[in-house]
Amino acid sequence: MRIYMDNASSAPVDKRVIEAMFPYFDTHVGNPTSLHSSGIDARRALENARESVASLIKAQSKEIIFTSGGTESNNIALRGAAQRKKKKGNHIIITAIEHMSVVNTCKDLQREGFEVTTVPVDKYGLVDQARIEAEITNRTIIISCQYANSEIGTIQPIAQIGAMTREQDIIFHVDAVAAAGKIHIDVQQDNIDLLSISSNDLYGPRGVGALYVRSGILLRPVMTGGGQERGLRSGSENIPAIVGMGKACEIIKEEIKSDSGRMESLQERLIEGVLGNMQHAYLTGHRTRRLPHIASYRFSFIEGESIILSLNDLGIEASTGSACSVKTLEPSHVLIAIGLRPEEAHGSLLLSLNRWNTEKEVDYVLESLPLVVDRLRALSPLYNGD
Amino acid sequence: MDIDYSEKVKEHFRNPRNVGTIKDADAVGRVGNPVCGDVMEIQLKIEDNIIKDIKFQTFGCASAIATSSMITEMAKGKTLDEALEITRNDVADELDGLPPIKMHCSNLAADALHSAIEDYMEKQKKGELKLGENEYDV
Repeated sequence: MRIYMDNASSAPVDKRVIEAMFPYFDTHVGNPTSLHSSGIDARRALENARESVASLIKAQSKEIIFTSGGTESNNIALRGAAQRKKKKGNHIIITAIEHMSVVNTCKDLQREGFEVTTVPVDKYGLVDQARIEAEITNRTIIISCQYANSEIGTIQPIAQIGAMTREQDIIFHVDAVAAAGKIHIDVQQDNIDLLSISSNDLYGPRGVGALYVRSGILLRPVMTGGGQERGLRSGSENIPAIVGMGKACEIIKEEIKSDSGRMESLQERLIEGVLGNMQHAYLTGHRTRRLPHIASYRFSFIEGESIILSLNDLGIEASTGSACSVKTLEPSHVLIAIGLRPEEAHGSLLLSLNRWNTEKEVDYVLESLPLVVDRLRALSPLYNGD
Repeated sequence: MDIDYSEKVKEHFRNPRNVGTIKDADAVGRVGNPVCGDVMEIQLKIEDNIIKDIKFQTFGCASAIATSSMITEMAKGKTLDEALEITRNDVADELDGLPPIKMHCSNLAADALHSAIEDYMEKQKKGELKLGENEYDV
């Protein structure tokens, strides 16, 4: 038995999505810019997909552009808005737990003369809207805050921040890659100007995503060429992938309530099962303001790579923010931002669910985890057996 | 199990040899830092300058645990001089190699062994002194 609980890294593609994509590889081959029937077919498929994506986040379909994924969406949003607005100002505000595609894009913009302020989060990963507001100057042009975090699940007060940014005429970018399809998103109600989503997190194919660009918001394109996607993302559209993403949005819009409800009860079982039965085990992130599919912990005295490899031997696939698991040998910046010491961040474990995970799988994980943790603690000189 | 590790690393990680502590150990060596994610402790029982028993405890990744396990096998039965000659690279070689990134951070087992042997030698020096003092007392 293999149990896959690393869906925040990569999720399976829904069979219904794969089926919808198939014809667009061989029989429906047109390019949407072509004038012939196949071109018209492709154009129709593209616009249907756009409509499905828009509908999931309560946007208009003309406000959606397709990209190659969350990273590209974040790049187009931040670089595009910064370049477009640089006459007005050069100041960007982000939070301390943004995805690396936001963090590193902002670092690059800093090299070009933009100023970036990083607002800290509390120990649950929550950002305080008042702290963002306190950093705003008359040079502030963009505030970028993720909807929810993919490593600790914490959901931010997006509506509050949105109301504030709209009032102050600052562009509000939201990275909703982790949140989309898991909780309801309404870009109108939350006053969001730019919103990034990724197809794979919706059980669609990898390598495709979207950026919501509110009507009236102007961006300077990062990719220039034939002017596809309102000139914001030139290059022939990846129609099979886009059709897949559209189908994934269509499905998840119908099933979000049942999906998220089911995952939330599994998540609850995972959290309670660990915190209630294991010593020196702690939840990371917020207890209630969290995405329904993220069960994140840290275990004292042991190291995350060892946990992951031991779980893998028992057929369970998960991930960790431990420094030993990545090429940079630095612990997850998210775990450090919520105040964990590096040695604490080493012992982190992330179980991220998908719509197909079962209670039986959760129970197997709950049986296996203590075996792994106990074995590693027995090996650890930091653990004295209490 | 991770693709980057050799079969030997995996095997030692899954079934580490000589885990634990020694009652009345003659020497202890502890290296590493929890901040970096690796702490190794090696305990020795020594008779006639030969390592009669060796145990380890390690906090760290799979390669940290595997190198610790491997060095206990390599050092057991060796004289102290022979054991001091075991290098980090020897341990990695015995394990059929480590991923390059793990060569520095998680390959501290030789350091832990050497630290334990140095601890023993320090104690020996002090012990001789102590013996002298005792004689004085009598």
